[in-house]
Amino acid sequence: MTQPFVREFEAREGTVTAEGPEWLEPIRRAAMERFTRTGFPSARDEEWRFTPIAPVAQGTWRPPAGGSGQVTQADLAPFRFGHVDWTTLVFVNGVYAEALSSAGRLPAGVRAVGLGEALRADAALLGRHLTRHAPIEGSPFTALNTAFLREGGVVHVGPNIDLATPIHLLFVTTSDSAGTVAHPRNLIVVERGARASIVESYVTLAPGGSYWTNPVTEVAVAAGAWVEHTRIQRESERAYHVGLTHVDQQRDSHYRAFSLAMGGAVARHNLHVRLNEENIETLMYGLYLTRGDQVTDSHTAIYHDQPNCRSWEVYKGILDGRSRGVFNGKVFVKPEAQKTNAKQTNRNLLLSDLARVDTKPQLEIFADDVKCTHGATVGRLDEVARFYARSRGLPAAAADRLLTYAFAAEVVDEVALMPVRQELDRLVLERLGGL
Amino acid sequence: MLEIRDLHASAGDKEILKGIDLTVNAGEVHAVMGPNGSGKSTLAQVLAGHPAYEVTSGSVRYRGQDLLDLEPEERAQAGLFLAFQYPVEIPGVSNAYFLRAAYNEIRKANGLEEVDSMDFLDLLEEKLKVVEWESEIMSRAVNSGFSGGEKKRNEILQMAVLDPTLAILDETDSGLDIDALRIVAAGVNKLRRPDNAIVVVTHYQRLLNYIVPDFVHVLSNGRIVKSGGKELALELEARGYEWLEDAVGAAS
Repeated sequence: MTQPFVREFEAREGTVTAEGPEWLEPIRRAAMERFTRTGFPSARDEEWRFTPIAPVAQGTWRPPAGGSGQVTQADLAPFRFGHVDWTTLVFVNGVYAEALSSAGRLPAGVRAVGLGEALRADAALLGRHLTRHAPIEGSPFTALNTAFLREGGVVHVGPNIDLATPIHLLFVTTSDSAGTVAHPRNLIVVERGARASIVESYVTLAPGGSYWTNPVTEVAVAAGAWVEHTRIQRESERAYHVGLTHVDQQRDSHYRAFSLAMGGAVARHNLHVRLNEENIETLMYGLYLTRGDQVTDSHTAIYHDQPNCRSWEVYKGILDGRSRGVFNGKVFVKPEAQKTNAKQTNRNLLLSDLARVDTKPQLEIFADDVKCTHGATVGRLDEVARFYARSRGLPAAAADRLLTYAFAAEVVDEVALMPVRQELDRLVLERLGGL
Repeated sequence: MLEIRDLHASAGDKEILKGIDLTVNAGEVHAVMGPNGSGKSTLAQVLAGHPAYEVTSGSVRYRGQDLLDLEPEERAQAGLFLAFQYPVEIPGVSNAYFLRAAYNEIRKANGLEEVDSMDFLDLLEEKLKVVEWESEIMSRAVNSGFSGGEKKRNEILQMAVLDPTLAILDETDSGLDIDALRIVAAGVNKLRRPDNAIVVVTHYQRLLNYIVPDFVHVLSNGRIVKSGGKELALELEARGYEWLEDAVGAAS
């Protein structure tokens, strides 16, 4: 229902939710108008055909109460990769929790702050980037997020800085989040020649909690920059998650994304990357692990607007129970984007007879001198490989876990930053019940 | 150690093994030879418990147990090892991890304590020498991107680590150049002991120059049509398989 959002929007007047530079409020208002006009998508929208979004659209969602309440550092420890020295911005039920966050030792020229603070102190940076990358026309959810833009993380890495340790944006929900929706809005700007690793986690302290997270993350990768962006979605398995990441890359830059999706009753993530100049490299890796009645939807879009760029995408899914996976991978190659090299792969492993996947590659190529390939598979564990493992003494169940893990590890191994890779590895092993 | 009696096995509707009799004792090396399609690889895979084959009649006793009653992993835990003709690639799992998992499962099943990764590395150091390998191979994913020769060498390394009582080598010589063949064969010879046995399945006599068998059996159309000493292999090399098949054809 859109009406409660309209009322909530009007009620913001004079509250912190309406704060920010003066150019921002008209954008919020335009976003709200757009959302009111379009409403939520339905199954009739091609983009949402396989995503059962009705529980979100028909629900009545309140804003989070705010306040980090009883959450302690000890509660957060399992989500911090064992690295307390990492700069971590913590958000509880969508609201920045300064007391739980740690600034770490950031080099001069690097900023990592809550959006609330940035709205006061970083107007110039925000003016250049905030809402410039993720257009409200892209999706009603982005419009809604933009209308309520107030909380989230802002990371700015100045030119030629090599950020040795990752910056972690950690969104955690508690039992207070029941029936609420949060609209985190993140902005990551990595300037010319800089190098950074960003981790964005959505986790919960209320494993059975029913809430909705509607995050949008904008990423600007300047010329010659190198960015690794890891997204970990481990929401409650009764929660809803509709997230969008929009990346703009400039010349000679390298952006690598890894998306782990294992939470949510219905979880959707759109990753859009636009290659605005030449000689750009983009790597997109994804892994979704579902069970029970979960639905996980990964929509990716890569826009090859300029020549001599390379994109490489591998998404894998492991689906158990009656769960469903959706993969849609778009590759757009403009007429001027000659010498584009784009490869897309989606591979799915079904662990149960009732699990199912809808996979759809969508390549629209308007240049003639390009190399673009795609492939999708849906299958089960290889019988010969099972026999091989069992013939070495591994019991059938252990062999299955090993081969399932191997299927996942092949993509997890692409994560460059070792502590992040190890953590992802641990999460996958934990989900598979160990080896 | 191994007694195969009148073994019949099928893949789908097609009968491949049509009454195999074979006895293997401790300390012996047997070669099973035969033309393509004779059923020799099927025999190897049936003994290891490959699910694609159904045993329709006959019996196999291994160290006093009914082998056919055991799951593939139980056979491995009881000391049976099959070196695959086409070793399987497992990207994402390191050779060291896979081998330690197998080693520990077999120990566990035999009431022995599992070893930790440090102790296992010590053991590996020793066993790598059997196939003249450096330890860096252990951090690579199982057989993933290995050359044909490396895969076969890896099978023999696994054999060295798992220390089977009965090892069946299925076409271990296929696809090997002469250097790799020498290393693999030397590795197998180092593992020969009075208390274990080896069955070498091969199309060519070449391997048997290196791994000298005590007995040679010729398989044709799902049956053993001739058995003899190591000189039989040389005769086959000289005369091919056709004369034997013709002889069998004439007799039946």
